[in-house]
Amino acid sequence: MNEILEIVFGVIILFGALLSVLSAIGVLRLPDVYTRNHAASKSATLGVLSILLGAFLYFWVEEGYMNARLLLGIVFVFLTSPVAGHLISRAAYNSKVPLWDKSVQDDLKMKNQDEKAKAR
Amino acid sequence: MALQLLLNVFIAFTWMFLGNSYDFGSFFGGYLIGLLLIFTLRRYFSTRFYILNVWAVIKLMLIFIRELVLSNYAIFKVIIKPKLDIKPGIFALPTELKKDWEITVLANLITLTPGTLVVDISDDRKILYIHAMDISDVDEAIDSIKNSFEKAIMEVSR
Repeated sequence: MNEILEIVFGVIILFGALLSVLSAIGVLRLPDVYTRNHAASKSATLGVLSILLGAFLYFWVEEGYMNARLLLGIVFVFLTSPVAGHLISRAAYNSKVPLWDKSVQDDLKMKNQDEKAKAR
Repeated sequence: MALQLLLNVFIAFTWMFLGNSYDFGSFFGGYLIGLLLIFTLRRYFSTRFYILNVWAVIKLMLIFIRELVLSNYAIFKVIIKPKLDIKPGIFALPTELKKDWEITVLANLITLTPGTLVVDISDDRKILYIHAMDISDVDEAIDSIKNSFEKAIMEVSR
């Protein structure tokens, strides 16, 4: 029974590692800050989450040791990484990092123009 | 909601004092009895029976996890595809949510949705500016998802 569980936890951890590799590839491959941010803020989150979950389950079943810090870590990563992604892309936009040439639509530009018109 | 929860804990403690036994079992029994009492007296509270709120929060958490997995699959497809044929863009989404925490939760949910990332929120907190990975086919589908998210969040704060 324990061997099967070990394999399951191994698969969870490997899945997390695979997702982390994938998000690294995404950061290299995608064209601009914003699309890279998509890859970094999503795949990396789930990758780290599943690695932590795998470690938590392994120590729980194998050693009978329930480490609540890993659970807290899961919750914290889950809550903070989308906020970090939002803040990075917002900072990039406000410091006028251009979007990719093939981007189709930019509603935010209109908002900033409106604000400038109001300021005058 | 918080008032009802506090009252329920208070009833549980009263139950423990009545039975003169101080362990988790009697706290739990008292809590269940308090739940029943609050359910019978639910007409006298200004808000609804609070278990419904708890249930809505649990549903919201499940939505969070489902969207996280789905969005990873969507990103996976884009990254693995040999040809890069995405059409990114920023679009505006008007929201009806009022309180700050509701907008925060909505923004977090949108960021974890397949192919969308919140870039900015307008100063009057009525419009969210969202960067979409692929704007052509996602636009309408996303609007419908947003409606379901917004509904789920409103359900919590009702």
